[in-house]
Amino acid sequence: MADHVNLEHATGMAHQFENLDQQQDADMLGIWLFLVTEIMFFGGVFASYAIYRWFYLPAFEGGSHILDIRLGATNTIVLLGSSLTMALSVRSAQTGNRRATVMFLILTMILGGAFLGIKGVEYHQKFVEHIVPSLDWAPEGKVLAELAPGGLQHAELYFIFYFAMTGLHALHMIIGMGLLLWLVLRARKGAFTPHYFAPVEVVGLYWHFVDIVWIFLFPLLYLIGGRY
Amino acid sequence: MSQQIDSIKSYVLVFLSLIGLTLLTTGVAFVDLGAFNTVVALAIAASKMLLVILFFMQVRHSGGLVRVVILAGFFWFALLVAFTMSDYGTRSWTPTPVPWSSMAPPTHP
Amino acid sequence: MSTALLEPRVQAPRNYLNAEYGWKSWLFTLDHKRIALLYMVSITVFFLIGASFAALMRIQLLSPQGELVQPETYNKLFTLHGIVMIFFFLIPSIPAVLGNFLVPLMVGARDLAFPKLNLLSWYIYVVGGLFTLFAAIAGGVDTGWTFYTPYSSTYSNTQVTAVAVGVFITGFSSILTGLNFIVTIHKMRAPGLTWFRMPLFLWAMYATSLIMILGTPVLAITIFLLAIEHLFHVGIFSPALGGDPLLFQHLFWFYSHPAVYIMILPSMGVVSEIIACFSRKRIFGYRVVAFSSVAIAVLGFLVWGHHMFVTGQSVYAGLVFSLLSFLVAIPSAIKVFNWTSTLYKGSISYDAPMLYALGFIGLFTMGGLTGLFLASLATDVHLNGTYFIVAHFHYIMVGGAVMGYLGGMHFWWPKISGRLYPNGWAAFAAVIIFIGFNLTFFPQFVLGYLGMPRRYAFYPAEFQVLNVMSTAGASVLGVGYLIPLIYFIWSMRYGPVAPKNPWGATGLEWQTASPPTTENFAEIPVVTQEAYAYSEAEQEVNLG
Repeated sequence: MADHVNLEHATGMAHQFENLDQQQDADMLGIWLFLVTEIMFFGGVFASYAIYRWFYLPAFEGGSHILDIRLGATNTIVLLGSSLTMALSVRSAQTGNRRATVMFLILTMILGGAFLGIKGVEYHQKFVEHIVPSLDWAPEGKVLAELAPGGLQHAELYFIFYFAMTGLHALHMIIGMGLLLWLVLRARKGAFTPHYFAPVEVVGLYWHFVDIVWIFLFPLLYLIGGRY
Repeated sequence: MSQQIDSIKSYVLVFLSLIGLTLLTTGVAFVDLGAFNTVVALAIAASKMLLVILFFMQVRHSGGLVRVVILAGFFWFALLVAFTMSDYGTRSWTPTPVPWSSMAPPTHP
Repeated sequence: MSTALLEPRVQAPRNYLNAEYGWKSWLFTLDHKRIALLYMVSITVFFLIGASFAALMRIQLLSPQGELVQPETYNKLFTLHGIVMIFFFLIPSIPAVLGNFLVPLMVGARDLAFPKLNLLSWYIYVVGGLFTLFAAIAGGVDTGWTFYTPYSSTYSNTQVTAVAVGVFITGFSSILTGLNFIVTIHKMRAPGLTWFRMPLFLWAMYATSLIMILGTPVLAITIFLLAIEHLFHVGIFSPALGGDPLLFQHLFWFYSHPAVYIMILPSMGVVSEIIACFSRKRIFGYRVVAFSSVAIAVLGFLVWGHHMFVTGQSVYAGLVFSLLSFLVAIPSAIKVFNWTSTLYKGSISYDAPMLYALGFIGLFTMGGLTGLFLASLATDVHLNGTYFIVAHFHYIMVGGAVMGYLGGMHFWWPKISGRLYPNGWAAFAAVIIFIGFNLTFFPQFVLGYLGMPRRYAFYPAEFQVLNVMSTAGASVLGVGYLIPLIYFIWSMRYGPVAPKNPWGATGLEWQTASPPTTENFAEIPVVTQEAYAYSEAEQEVNLG
């Protein structure tokens, strides 16, 4: 028993496991199971979105046209870049390169922050245009002209989904940023070795998942009905 | 978890493919393909997702259990969507009942 | 048995209960066995709260006009009864108490895969529970535990959001428990413990965990959308903005139907263990029973529309859901047949755990068969919304799940506490519970058939006799539940010290001391036998 405790401090292995491989396997299975719960969580709102888009396509098209496609596409590229830096960070941990691990983690955070900043700009724009459901819903001018044909009521429904889906996504990003900060602090202290870098991998998998959610949000929210 | 370390080049190549697909999906949105727009957009998104899963998330090196877990997740999401849509999609198959008052009174034998 | 009091006090050997003392050693523990006890205390508290609501309801229903509470209050009572009993008692009960305690022991491990997540899951459960209690005190909620929109989201002026947040939080407790069990069972089985040598309780925990992982998140998102609609007065499920109330029901029942299998599968696992031990026989058709657990978990996700037959759902969807609901009864029936076949020519003893297991088989069968009435579209039109439904699910939840929980507690109590309880009182309590239960809920089948609606604070006078019978039964049932509470607590101080294996049962958990040490096993065991090797064990006894 005492051997197990010493081993734990030396290698980062917890006492309930027999060896690091078993712990590594368990950690990987654990995070993937958690990601499955996230698939089902986002799945519920994606399913609801699919139903309402099916019923009210003109309203959803109108709402989609209002969104700024350049900001959306830019954000997509920013987030994909952050997935690249995250993958490179895991790779650096795997090769024992502490400085590169930390650097790539910080780059990931910077890109994540940029994503959130651009999202903030977009949200602000919705307030300026008075198309925030319930809180500030009073579309006018060109925006009103775009939304009216599909029905204003159903357009409001579209924007509820816009805010709910991107809001949930942003919340996951913010949590991810917190996890990245935690990793940076640990990595700087040399907590990760080529034999033990599971936390970096686990956070990496979470981050990539959040990226995948956006990979679907972009076409589903921004590219409905084309812009021809 | 395998010890295989992928090259930086492979990661950058995947990233560039993802950028390319993003620009493609954005560009296609400006072309009128009717209902196909949605199909193409989802297909491109699915391809991007596969690239991220297989390469960034290293599932191409993963064992069978992880793959089964991932497939189960997507399959269950598909169940949710399919069964729910089957309700909405088939509601029109039965005629909407009309009020008794609008029907002719029954003739007794 | 009483000689234990005359013997000189012997220093109890080191075990997980006396390894450390003080509240910090309990509230910051990472030992799965202590966490199981933390859960045991919490769920008992919530059970008593939920039972109090039920008692008030049954008193109200003693007279047709109901003079105890206002109808608005009655609505809050049945809502909170459902929410507390389902989310804070039944869903955690066996997994979080018996599962947490036994899964590492049964797989031959020192702890679960993620002990810190295990403790976190208990704290999440407590926080969610406190939120809900706050909401109950601050005005309650009157929507029914099903939170149907648009009443819950638009029209009710009760604490919908607070309760929704409480349930949302508690859902994560469930998810973490399920995640822990799946990883532990996949990755931490002792050498020689192949999948088909595992006790059926582990198969049941595994199947339950699959449902927790795949279903609970959908409840979470549904509650989230409901809370948005309630807080911001926007119409996701409300027709005012073009929303569809049925979409809420689809999302809600996608989780809540599999949730009932979360509540029953663990009990079925317990029953398998008890039947094998008290018949001194292998479970008949082990592999089929194991597969049936997984089949129930999977099929259980495909039947949710049977809660919506009369809501305006498409008739064709109703047909599909009805057919699938009939199919899901098959694996459950298979279990009942296999348990019965195990009993045949077994060497049967009627200790308290066995009484609960036998009671389970009978009552669960009745509950399950009445479910078929409800799965059938035509009869459901008449029975939906009546007391027939109430009786049906209480036969399964109380006659099934709770009996399974009590049976499990009686079976493993010597292992958990290191003490024996008085078997005479235990058998007596089991019989009282069985009688009280049937007196409470059988009249409700008749009431439902006769047309008495559920969730009503008053009823036509001709239903009074049956209602009085039901309330009388509930009193008997309440007394029955109190008796084990008393003797379990009594046994911790005055009960005879339990040996390692008082029942002579097979299974790795019975190889450890009663109670086990904190690490469970000094050395990780190696498994060489199939599960339930009762005839081999007897041969060993005869030869040795």
